[in-house]
Order: sequence, then C-alpha cells, then structure tokens
Amino acid sequence: MLLNAVLFLPLIGFLIALILPTDLVKRFALGFSLLMFVVSLGLIGPVLANPGVYSFETDVEWINSPMIRYHIGIDGLSLWLVILTTFLTPLAVLISWNYIDRRIKEYYAFLILLAFGMIGVFVSLDLFVYYVFWEVGLVPMYFLIGIWGHERRIYAAVKFFLYTMVGSVLMLAAIVYLYLKSGTFDYTVILSQMASGQLKLTPEEALPLFLAFFFAFAIKVPLFPLHTWLPDAHVEAPTAGSVMLASVMLKMGTYGLVRYCLPLFPSAARECAPWIAALAIIGIVYGALVALVQPNMKKLVAYSSVSHLGFVVLGIFSFNQVALDGAVYQMLNHGISTGALFMLVGMMYERRHSLEIADYGGVANPAPNLSIVFLITTLASVGLPTLNNFVGEFLVLQGAAMANFGWAVFAALGVILSACYMLWLYQRVFYGRASEDLAHHMPDLNLREWVAITPLVVLMVWMGVAAQGFLSPVTVSNARTLEQTKVNVDFRVATPRTPAPEVARAD
Amino acid sequence: MQESQQLWLIPIFPLLGFLLNGTLGKRMPKAFINAAAVGSVVLSFLWVVKVLAALGSLEAPHIERYFTWFAAGTFSVGVDFAVDRLTSVMLLVVTGIGSLIHIYAVGYMAHEDGYYRFFAYLNLFMFFMLVLVLGANFLILFIGWEGVGLCSYLLIGFYFLENFATDAGKKAFIVNRVGDFGFSLAMFLIVIHFGTLDFGTVFGKAAAMTPETSAGVITAICLLLLVGATGKSAQVPLYVWLPDAMAGPTPVSALIHAATMVTAGVYMVARSSSLFNLAPIAMETVAIVGLLTAFFAATMGLAQNDIKKVFAYSTVSQLGYMFVGLGVGAYSAGMFHVVTHAFFKALLFLGAGSVIHACHHEQDMRHMGGLRKKIPLTFWTLCCAWVAIAGIPPFSGFHSKDAILLAAHAHAPWMYWVGVVTAGMTAFYVSRAMFMTFFGEYRGHAHPHESPFVMTLPLIVLAILSLGGGQIHIPDWLAPVLGEEHAAHETSLVVISVVAGALGIALAYFMYVVSPGLPDALANRFKTLHTLIYNKYFVDEVYDVSIVTPIAQGSRDLLWKGVDAGFIDGIVNGAGSLARGIGGGLRYLQAGNIRGYATWVAAGAVFLVVAMTVMGGIR
Repeated sequence: MLLNAVLFLPLIGFLIALILPTDLVKRFALGFSLLMFVVSLGLIGPVLANPGVYSFETDVEWINSPMIRYHIGIDGLSLWLVILTTFLTPLAVLISWNYIDRRIKEYYAFLILLAFGMIGVFVSLDLFVYYVFWEVGLVPMYFLIGIWGHERRIYAAVKFFLYTMVGSVLMLAAIVYLYLKSGTFDYTVILSQMASGQLKLTPEEALPLFLAFFFAFAIKVPLFPLHTWLPDAHVEAPTAGSVMLASVMLKMGTYGLVRYCLPLFPSAARECAPWIAALAIIGIVYGALVALVQPNMKKLVAYSSVSHLGFVVLGIFSFNQVALDGAVYQMLNHGISTGALFMLVGMMYERRHSLEIADYGGVANPAPNLSIVFLITTLASVGLPTLNNFVGEFLVLQGAAMANFGWAVFAALGVILSACYMLWLYQRVFYGRASEDLAHHMPDLNLREWVAITPLVVLMVWMGVAAQGFLSPVTVSNARTLEQTKVNVDFRVATPRTPAPEVARAD
Repeated sequence: MQESQQLWLIPIFPLLGFLLNGTLGKRMPKAFINAAAVGSVVLSFLWVVKVLAALGSLEAPHIERYFTWFAAGTFSVGVDFAVDRLTSVMLLVVTGIGSLIHIYAVGYMAHEDGYYRFFAYLNLFMFFMLVLVLGANFLILFIGWEGVGLCSYLLIGFYFLENFATDAGKKAFIVNRVGDFGFSLAMFLIVIHFGTLDFGTVFGKAAAMTPETSAGVITAICLLLLVGATGKSAQVPLYVWLPDAMAGPTPVSALIHAATMVTAGVYMVARSSSLFNLAPIAMETVAIVGLLTAFFAATMGLAQNDIKKVFAYSTVSQLGYMFVGLGVGAYSAGMFHVVTHAFFKALLFLGAGSVIHACHHEQDMRHMGGLRKKIPLTFWTLCCAWVAIAGIPPFSGFHSKDAILLAAHAHAPWMYWVGVVTAGMTAFYVSRAMFMTFFGEYRGHAHPHESPFVMTLPLIVLAILSLGGGQIHIPDWLAPVLGEEHAAHETSLVVISVVAGALGIALAYFMYVVSPGLPDALANRFKTLHTLIYNKYFVDEVYDVSIVTPIAQGSRDLLWKGVDAGFIDGIVNGAGSLARGIGGGLRYLQAGNIRGYATWVAAGAVFLVVAMTVMGGIR
C-alpha cells in the first residue's frame, strides 16, 4: 500500500495543484512535496530488512487482453532512486520560488507530475506499465523546458523530446516482441521463464532486442555519441528542470541498463560489453575535455555529467560486484552533487542574469557562503575522499580494473581532468577581484537558499563518510542481478570464442 | 587484543578546531580563534605523546579498527588506524612541528584578513595529515593524501584576489592529481592481486609470493606508487608545482611545503618498503628519480633571487635526497632525513618569514642585506639551520645526509658522488641566501624590526632541534621494522662530503661577501647557462606548449566545435530537417495532439516488430 501511496501522491498533487488558486500553489507544492518525501521514508526500513526481493509488491490485472498487469515493487536497487526523487522535489520547489514568475500554477503542477513518471519508472515490474511511466516522465520535462526555459528553449525541448522518442520507440518494439514470445509483459514472469528455460532467445534475437533497449537507455544516460541533446536541454531548462533532469531523469537510463539490459539479455550484454565500455570511456574523457573549454557554466556542468555518467555505464558493463555497486552508488552521488551544482549556478543566474563564466569573477568576496558551498560541491564533484563521489568512482574504477586493467587506466584520466575543469571554473568565477557591478549584485545566500542547499551538502559528507549504510541494500540486489546474468547463459551464448554454440543450435 | 588508545582522538582535535573556526571564527575575537586553532594541535601533540608512552617499544603495530567505510562483495575498506615505529616518528614530527608553526602563525598572520579562514584551513590540514599517517590501509592513507592536497590548494590560494596565487593553487592540485592517478592505479592492482588494501595483509601476502609470480606485478605496483609519490613529494618530473606553491603565506610554506606534507611521498614509500624490497627495478628507479631531482633542483636554487624560492628549490632537492635513501634501501636514513629536514627547513622558512615580516613583505634578496644587526635573533637562529643543512658536523643535517650518502655509496658509488656535488651546491645556495640577506649593506627601503616573541619562540625551539636533532637515533629505532642492513661507516667518505659542504660555503663567501661584483660578471660570462638555470630550464614553458595548450585547443576546436557541434549535431539537425521535409508532405498526420503522436509511436513499433521478425525470425 505504501508504495502505491508514494507512487500516486504526485499524481494527486498534480491534480490538486491544477484546481488550486494560483497564489496558493507555491506553498501547496512545497508542503505536498515534503509530504511525498516523508511518506517515502517509510519505504526504507522494510527494504533494508530484505533488499534482495521486491517489497511492497502490488500485482493486479489492469488490462485483460493483451494481458497487462499493474505490477510494482521496490528493492535495494530502486529504493534510493525513489527516495532521491522525493527528496529532490521539495528542493526543486524551493529553488523555483522567485525564479518562476509566469504560469506559476502549471509550473508547479508539472514539477510534481514529473515525480510521478520517475517514481513509476523505478518501481514498475511490468514492461508495459514501465513504458507508460517512461513516457509520462517525458511530458512534464518537455513542458518545463519548452515553456519556462531560456531563449532557445523550443529547439532544446524538441531536441530532447525527439532524441528520447527515437530510443523509446525501439524499446517499445522490443517490449512487444518479448510479449509475443513470452505471452506476458510481466518482468518477473519473463525472468522466471528464462531461468526455467521455458523462454529462450536465440543469439540472433537477443542481440537486436538488447540493442533496442540499450539504445533507448544510452540516449537517456546519455552515452557518447548520443549526448548532444543534454547540453542544450540543460542550458535552456529552468534551474529546477536542470536539477531534476540531471539528478533523476538521466538515472532512468542507467537504472534501465541494470534492471533490464543485464538480466534480460545477459549474453548479448556481455558480448557488447567491450564496445560499450569503450564508448563509456570515450565519454568520460571526451565529456571532461569538452567541459574544460565551455564558456557557459551550465554547459560545463552538463558536459561534466556526460563524463560522470560514463563512469556509471563503465561500471555496469564491467560485470562484477565491485563495479556494479560503484555504478549504482555513483548514480546517487551524481544526483546529489550535480543537482547541487545546477542549483548553485541557478542561484547565481538569479542574481546576475548570466550563465557566462566571463561575466563572473571575484564572487568569493561579496558572497563568501555561496562560495564555500560551491567549493564543497566542486570538491565532491572532483571526487575528493570523504565526500560522496569518491566512493562511487573508486569502486567503479576498481571494478573496471578487475574486468580489464586498460579500461581503468583510461577512465582514471577523467579523474585528473575533472579537477582541471572544475577548479578552473571555480577560479574564474569565485577568485580574483570582483567588479563594482558584480559586487553590488551578488548578495550572499538567503535563508531559503540555505534551506535548499544544506540537505545536499549534508548528504555529500554523509554519503562520503558513512557509505556502507547506503551501499548495503544496493550490494544485495546487485548480487542478485549479477546472478541473473549468469543463469542459463551458457546455452544462449553463441560467440565464436566458446565451443557452446553447437549445443545451442542443436537445442 | 591490546588496550584501545583512542587513536581517533589524535586527528579529531584539529578537525574540531577546523569546524569551530570554520563556522564561528568569523564572528569571534582572535583569542578564541587562537585558542581553538593552536589549542587543538597542541592537544593532539599531547595525545600523541601519551599514546606513544603507553605503547612503549612498539615491537608490533598497534591497530584500531573503527567501522566499515564501504564494502562491495568480498572487497571492503575499513576506517582503521595503526601506530608502529614509522608512524610514531611521523606523528611526533607532524604534531610537534605543527604546534610550533601554529604558534608562529599567530604572530605572522596577525594583521592579515581572513585570519579565521587561515587557521581553519591549517587545522584541516593537520587533520588530513594525521589521517594520512595513521591510516592502516592504502585508502585511508589516500584520504589524507588527497585531503592535504586540498588544504595545500586552499592555502596556496589563500590570497585569492591575486591571480598568481590561485593559479599556483590550481597547478598544485592538478599536478598532484596526475600523481594520484598513478597511486590509484597502484591500489587497483593491489586489490586485484591481494583482494584488500590493508597494509598488514597486503605486505604479508606479497612476502609469501614466489619471486617468479611477484616480480612483474609488484614492480608495476611500486612504480605506480612512485608516480604518486613524485606528485606529492615534488620529484622529477612532477616537482613543478612546489616552487609556485610559495605564493601561500610563509607558515604554510614551512609546515606544508617543507616539513610535513611533501614528505608524505617518502613516508608512503617507506611504509610500502616490504613491497619495494621485492621490486629491485622499482627501487633503482626511486633512487635515480631522487638523484635527478636532488641535482637539478639544487642547480635551479643557485640563481634564484626570491628568498622563498631558494628554499623551495632546496626543499625539492632535499626531498630528492630522501628518495635516494629510499631507493638504495636505506629507508630509515631517508626517514631520518625527513625528520632533520623538518627541523631545519621549517626553521629556514619561518626565519625567512621573519625576515619578510621585518622587511614589510619584501621577498627579493637583492633588496635586503645587512640584516644581521637589525634582526639578530632571526639571524642567529637561521645560522643554526644554515649549518644543519650545509652538513656541518655534528649538527642534525650532517647525520642524516651522511647516512644517505653512505648507503648510496654502498649501493653504487656514482650515486654517492652526485650526492656530494649536490651537497656542495646546497651549502652554496643557502650560504648565498644568508650572505645576501644578512651581510653587506641594507639595500631596501623599509625599516626592519625584530619579530614578536610569539614568532621567535618557535625559531628558538627549532634552532635547538636543528643543532641537536641528529643525536636522536632514528635509524636505530626504524631499521629493525623496515628490514634493512646498515652500511659500513667509512670515515673518508664522510670527510669528502663535509669538505664539499665547506667548499660551498667558502665559495659563496668569496662571491657574495669578498667580491660582490663577481656573480654578475659570471652570469654575463656564462649567459646561456645562467638564463637556463634562472628560468628553471624552461620546464614550465615546455609543459605549457606540449601538454596544456594542445589539450585546451584540441578540446575547443576539434572536440567541441568539430565533433560535438559540427559532426554529431550536424547529423541530428540534418535528420531533423529531413524529417521536417517529409513531415511537410504528411502534415495532416501531425495534428499536434497526443493521440496523433501515439499513433506514430505504435506504427513505428509495429514496423520494427515486423522488421525484426523478418530479419531475426520468431520461431
């Protein structure tokens, strides 16, 4: 029941926001999103007690023919992503408080609706329901960028929408194909059919199916070279849109890789792993290099996301416990630290109405507290030990090294480069002497901003120092995922390198 | 299980000092800031003394395990601290010298803005440095390792209004990151082969390996660790950040960039001695890197005019000595030099700070001179450091340098000779600095005045340590745990190195006191050589042209504008235009409502299913 409440509260909130008088909407959105967060905290205890199985399952018939079931559940993999979503929504409301000055009612309604789509993606266990939520999440983000964005918002919104749509269509096709083969959309049923050998995919089937799913997720992540929608979307989106996009929405892609691509098509995934790892590593280095030369703060952070998400993908396709744990942890870390970066950049935009680095310089003097918070966030982002990103990055690189030492060598270059682009950004924006004009228009953090940013800073330290508390459920569910990638793998594998294909064909 | 010594208290005191000053310092009077900053470090020193007294002779390491930091599968990393003999030496140096420099800084920074910020950073540095020293596995060491790098970054860039300071801070952090790249890779290899990062377990397993299996792996690990050490301890080719780091306030140069942080690389190699002992090639590399660094840094120190730059190159050079000691297997001699160097180099920097303070922030020695009479206490304490670093017996530097040179001779005589020449240069450039600063006539325009007692007290303590520190027999304490043999004592070799030092002093005396016109004449006579040395062999410029510029321009023009905006988006936008062209014809399908799009999505899906069925084949 609780999970249903967590899932449908945002939908209810969306509907209420639409009928409320405009001057109440802001306060309602804040109160309601806090309620969503508090309710979602109830999920933690039971999932921690048993992170390897789905807790709070609901499995009822939705549509008779074709058989589509409303099947949801939550485990150690999805737990923190759901909490991350509900945790960030009130903060997103707070940072929009003065920033959004037109069509306020729709704005907050969409912001809350966004949570509905994203939570749905993380908890659905029926492929059709999953697909519906995947698309539901797209719509509010499209409007958030398209209506409340900056000058080139229409281009960015359409690019975002079409890019994602292309991928989604492929995934839908693959889902339909799986349904035709298995007679069900239910993810858990399909998995058990595979485990029992009742459902077999030939390598010729598995590879295109895998690629269809993978393509959809790779666009969402985004993986190099499918990333060019991201900088545009981020630059044009309003602050809260950037925060939710970077922190949660990109994780829909990486979550999909772990939840669907690995267990459903293990042999295809293993076969493609070297290629995908190569793209991930290119993304890590490439994203960092391009971030280095961005004149626009939001674009810089966007390209840094391409680099950071490369680590996540690399971890997933290293196929071992250490790397996968690191990858999932890094999803959360990126959500915290990049979310905070976008918030801080947004705060500076509200003061100075520019995102160009060249328009800043010397911010540390007029706004010392903002500078310190930005510094801590920067350090988290560059992976300083005792802050959150380090644990994830270290595990990913360690796991990648276990899979292929060369991967770790190249990927670790990204760690050097992250220090280059972030510290250079920090130097240009915060150090030096402030111009007269800037000094007068750069007040320090106000109370509302403190309230919005402090929880993130606390989490950076908490997740960096007491990582085990967050990692323990993740490890358990990842162990299960990795186990699933080994089930029945031998008779579906048909790579030239193994002698198994004869057996597979005979079967 | 031994009784817990609450080791965690040692780093926690400065952390509390950092938190207090970081959050409240701005609104608090100086007395509060001083009490929190200095008090916390002194407390930590006292706790170290108490712990070491309780632990006694430390035949075996004392380990305390607190909690699991993170775990993935069977691999887990704990927050564990340990004290053994090696740690004990570092703990005393770090907290002892740290306390003195904190006290000194109260006087030195008295009139600076951001007083609370300075002490907050300095306390944070102490925290990370102590974590580095106490860590019982590679990753806890690495926390400290990166953390001290952060504090170094913050303190070098303390005067953040000035571009040169923030540039220098950034450079330090990034160059160290290059080193940390190697360190990280070393850790990955260690986990792959030993399954853990715990010192005891790793060293035990490494020793148990057969030479055939261990040679390649352990050599690789040690070489990668060395890359990390060259970053932190400013060795060739990553030393370039340290001279620039002098942009920070002088107490920072003394504490972080001379006495403690930069010796972390030496400590780390000594800590991993049981790995290095299995990797002769890596050992040889350590020695050669150290020798190159010692020699070239000394030559660069010959022609600097900024008093802090002279001492900075001297630090790089002395760190090179320590690496030579490590590389030839005389770990305890290397560590001995860490300790004596901490005494006399901290003193040199603090003394230089006192000179700079006296001359109203003048750092150029050409504008000093004759200060002997004006700031006598500073002069006499600096003289103690001078004789110590010049290797004059029986003062501290003599003993440790001697130990390294003897071990080097036992390993390979040519290394000894390079070391002797370097010792001569060392004596020369320090003497040169002393003569230019304190002898002759005053050439500046300020009114030099002696520093307050709070600054001179640490000078006096350090002067005593610089003179007598060599009597503390650190090699006897360390050698048994580091697994090494003592080199035979050869009097003739000792005499030669002392003579080299004396010659260096004499030459400097001749050039800068007896005939002061000579240096300029020589500089003109050997113009190319002088230009080369004066500009530090143009290494920074070479790095700029060969690495920094290509990366920046390549990223901008090739990757961003070429690949991203040109190629990929060209395809995307082209596909968009194409779709719009076709869509123009099919406009009636695109009514702009969700149902219409849904139809398209469904149609596309059906098409793909059909396509896949035909191509893949559903059976």
